[in-house]
Amino acid sequence: MAKSKNRTSQEVNAGSMADIAFLLLIFFLVTTTIASDKGIQNLLPPKQDPNVPPPDIKLNERNIFNILVNANDQLLVEGEYVDNTDLLSEDIKDFLLNFGAPDADAIALFNGLPQSLKARANRDPKSSDHPMSGGAVVSIKTNRGTSYEKYLEVLDQVKRAYFEIYAERVGLTSDQYRALTGKNPAEKALIDKGKEGLPLAISIAEPDKIGAN
Amino acid sequence: MGKFKKKTKTSENIPTSALPDIIFMLLFFFMVTTVLREQDILVEQKLPQATQLQKLEKKTLISYLFVGKPKKPALYGTEPRVQANDVLINTKDIIFWVNQEKDKLSEVERDQITISMKADRDVKMGPISDIQFELREADARKLLYASTGKVEK
Repeated sequence: MAKSKNRTSQEVNAGSMADIAFLLLIFFLVTTTIASDKGIQNLLPPKQDPNVPPPDIKLNERNIFNILVNANDQLLVEGEYVDNTDLLSEDIKDFLLNFGAPDADAIALFNGLPQSLKARANRDPKSSDHPMSGGAVVSIKTNRGTSYEKYLEVLDQVKRAYFEIYAERVGLTSDQYRALTGKNPAEKALIDKGKEGLPLAISIAEPDKIGAN
Repeated sequence: MGKFKKKTKTSENIPTSALPDIIFMLLFFFMVTTVLREQDILVEQKLPQATQLQKLEKKTLISYLFVGKPKKPALYGTEPRVQANDVLINTKDIIFWVNQEKDKLSEVERDQITISMKADRDVKMGPISDIQFELREADARKLLYASTGKVEK
């Protein structure tokens, strides 16, 4: 007769379970690096065929917003020396939305803009004609000795000008607009509506070699 | 005047039997989000700061390039170098590396490859533009300048 023995306690002692779990938790807390694939996106131009000369695109001087950064990280914006980038994005927004000499399409675009963006149109004949393709371009030219940090700071400000315009068109803040993923149709529609007729035209020139390393 | 009589004592112990469950939940959260560092980074990495950050969605399409001064100058010198996978490579080998990375992807995704360039903030534009030139040659045109967030003034 195998009578079951009368054990004193049938339960496993779970009191130290929390301690074990804590140890593991602390281990993962320490080793964790929450993966951050964040940064500034850029699309490089397609590669050049050596047999085909680079296309000769004619742009009027007034349609180009020139930013030069030299080897000492000094900035020359539209021919004028500036010592910080704080006002850069505002200048670029004014430049993009100038509508100096709009054609029929650009006038239609202008009429679709919200009031706050319309107010930026100074219609200055010396600034850009219109922000559509073939119009305003922001050009960044660096030197081989320019620091990467400064270059990114300038690119950041240019992107900021664009994103703030896009966001304003769809009634979001810039942060909300950038967080849109385009995964569902509603978000994609918002992204497209912000960008419509206002392509991101940032030209990054090949750095020149003076003061190079 | 003992009007405010002490209420009858119920058990004053907080039940701790659910504590392990809570801790386990936290544990699982961190286990899932953890990415164990699978490679040693041989170059200095102080990422620049920027405000207009965007997140990349598809992690499988991303390949990483690390650019910076080598951590061991005695071995690799003091000039900025490029690290791909876990070795330092020359700028000329980037095309070869990109093609290797492209082969890992399925055919439909091959042209969507995104390079996340983790460059140190002290690198000059010379090496960066050389890398960009090679990436253009390799037809990997989507580039992400990895950077950390900056608190706006």
